[in-house]
Amino acid sequence: MSSDSEDNFMEEDSDYEFDSDGSDMDYEEPNDLAFAEVSDKKPKKAYEVDFSVQSLQDIKAAQANAISHVAGILGLSQDKAAQLLRSFKWNKERLVERYMDSSEDVLKEACIVLDDTKTTSYVGKPRPGFTCSICFDDTPSKVVGLRCSHLFCFDCYRHYLTQKIVEEGECRRILCPESGCSIIVDQPTVQKIVEPKILERFRQLLDRAYVEDLDNLRWCPAPNCENAVDCRLPHSTFDTVVPTVQCACGNKFCFGCGLGDHQPAPCQLVKLWQKKCADDSETANWISAHTKECGKCQSTIEKNGGCNHMTCRKCKYEFCWVCMGPWSEHGTSWYNCNRYEEVSSTDARDAQAKSRASLERYLHYYNRFANHEQSAKLDRDLYNKTEKKMEEMQRTSDLSWIEVQFLKKAVDVLTSCRMTLRWTYAFAFYLVKDNMTELFEDNQRDLEVAVEALSELLEKPIEREKIAELRQQVLDKTVYVDSRREVLLEDTAKGLGEDRWEFSFKRT
Amino acid sequence: MAMSKRILKETERLNAEPVPGISATAHEDNLRYFDVIIAGPSQSPFEGGVFRLELFLPEEYPMTPPKVRFLTKIYHPNIDKLGRICLDILKDKWSPALQIRTVLLSVQALLSSPNPDDPLANDVAQHWKENENDAIETAKLWTKNYAK
Ligand SMILES: [Zn+2]
Ligand SMILES: [Zn+2]
Ligand SMILES: [Zn+2]
Ligand SMILES: [Zn+2]
Ligand SMILES: [Zn+2]
Repeated sequence: MSSDSEDNFMEEDSDYEFDSDGSDMDYEEPNDLAFAEVSDKKPKKAYEVDFSVQSLQDIKAAQANAISHVAGILGLSQDKAAQLLRSFKWNKERLVERYMDSSEDVLKEACIVLDDTKTTSYVGKPRPGFTCSICFDDTPSKVVGLRCSHLFCFDCYRHYLTQKIVEEGECRRILCPESGCSIIVDQPTVQKIVEPKILERFRQLLDRAYVEDLDNLRWCPAPNCENAVDCRLPHSTFDTVVPTVQCACGNKFCFGCGLGDHQPAPCQLVKLWQKKCADDSETANWISAHTKECGKCQSTIEKNGGCNHMTCRKCKYEFCWVCMGPWSEHGTSWYNCNRYEEVSSTDARDAQAKSRASLERYLHYYNRFANHEQSAKLDRDLYNKTEKKMEEMQRTSDLSWIEVQFLKKAVDVLTSCRMTLRWTYAFAFYLVKDNMTELFEDNQRDLEVAVEALSELLEKPIEREKIAELRQQVLDKTVYVDSRREVLLEDTAKGLGEDRWEFSFKRT
Repeated sequence: MAMSKRILKETERLNAEPVPGISATAHEDNLRYFDVIIAGPSQSPFEGGVFRLELFLPEEYPMTPPKVRFLTKIYHPNIDKLGRICLDILKDKWSPALQIRTVLLSVQALLSSPNPDDPLANDVAQHWKENENDAIETAKLWTKNYAK
């Protein structure tokens, strides 16, 4: 263990030694799991990427592994190897190469003093006449200093390190407190000085920094989840690949940007879209309102489920919530709700008409984007209500638990399909219309029709006698909806890969 | 607390051995708040000017740097309209071993050698880079008008 050799030299009292049992938790035995193999059990789909989930333990083990490896090659202590690796962002090859080339420069850049005593810090009694230049106390019982011989009283040192760790979140480069001195306070020294709670925080920060330093790692953004995901795809491919990953905790997110799953839209498009929506939010706000007027009798209609097939209570007019067109035209081969008919250039002659047209175009897509989000929420609300009813039914009848579970699966699929659909509208907004975009729009429409049909099915009142029938219908529709989603994702992933479409923004 | 001992000692020393061209007086009712006066250094565009500043020692001082701000209007590439100062030791280069005295000396030195390559006031820095003589004239004029 790295600190053993250092522990011996110090003139210190053991009561100041926090880690006096010599246990050194940072450097666990190297572990084979360090970089778990990327599994490929089933054949990969075009929209899937390879990744693996790394637990906090895996992450610690991977660091220990790399540190031991480099310490062995360069003949350095674990601590110094760790410091060097951090300053090289864990690029072992580059570190070893540069170190062989000129170790002096490398050490200097990393603020490391290497000397034959193998000592890193002094913790002990002050010399006569010492005054701490931080608190001006001239009678401290204990002082601390690194090899640069800048001594400060123990309390000030502890206060200083605590400030850096807790307030500034610093861990990679905490320098000697002396002004202008650039020697790093190494880990064994930190261990000797700070309180256990602070040391724990310091180690957390180091793990955090490790994951942040590596391009192939990203923390799972789910609250309270301690896992990271390892994805080896170069970031340069993220303009054509949407790297959706799923953590062991169940959270699905984008490895490229950390947002929730936004397939099929690439990260750059998502960023642009979000910015646009934030900028135009005021004009767009009215759209996501819950109520609309019936296109025929003008009575107010409130939406209370996710389904977009609306029927006016008063006049029984059936229409689509999204485009307000008659429902009779939907769900057929000429369903046209997803497609925005570009205003022909002759119609948009002057600037005002043009800007109006561009706003209308944006609203067309934003409307649908926002609606799916809203509908997903309503679907879920409806499900929560239904679930209670199902539980009730299960308790009072001979239905088994499994038999009443089919709704849950259906709502989960419905939600993820709506999320996908939502991003297809952002995607379509930036798509330059040509004959290559038609297939995309067809896929979008097919998924949308399937989703709305399933959503409508879920709004049906549940009757005890018809439950078996309903169950079969829901199961069939769920499978179908899922397959439509797969078709769409598969095709967009391929299309992005082969540069099939032109987008209205510059792709980086 | 040990830190107030430091503040008292620093204040004592500032009074007993003042730095030439600089005065710092602690408020009677708030020992962490100082009225500072810096005389414009000779052979600088600020020569002859009397610049008033405020200096505040935050709770965490000296683990965090003092807060220093010009109250007198000054035409300087590293000092903005609000009097905020772009000085490394007041930010990431701060060390708890530095003192009020060293901070004020650094501010004084900044007046002697403006650094338009690390600007805080962009328009002033631009002016300084494009036409140094003209910028210096403006700085002199401001010194005459405001730093009395
Ligand atoms: Zn001290
Ligand atoms: Zn030092
Ligand atoms: Zn997770
Ligand atoms: Zn992303
Ligand atoms: Zn109506």
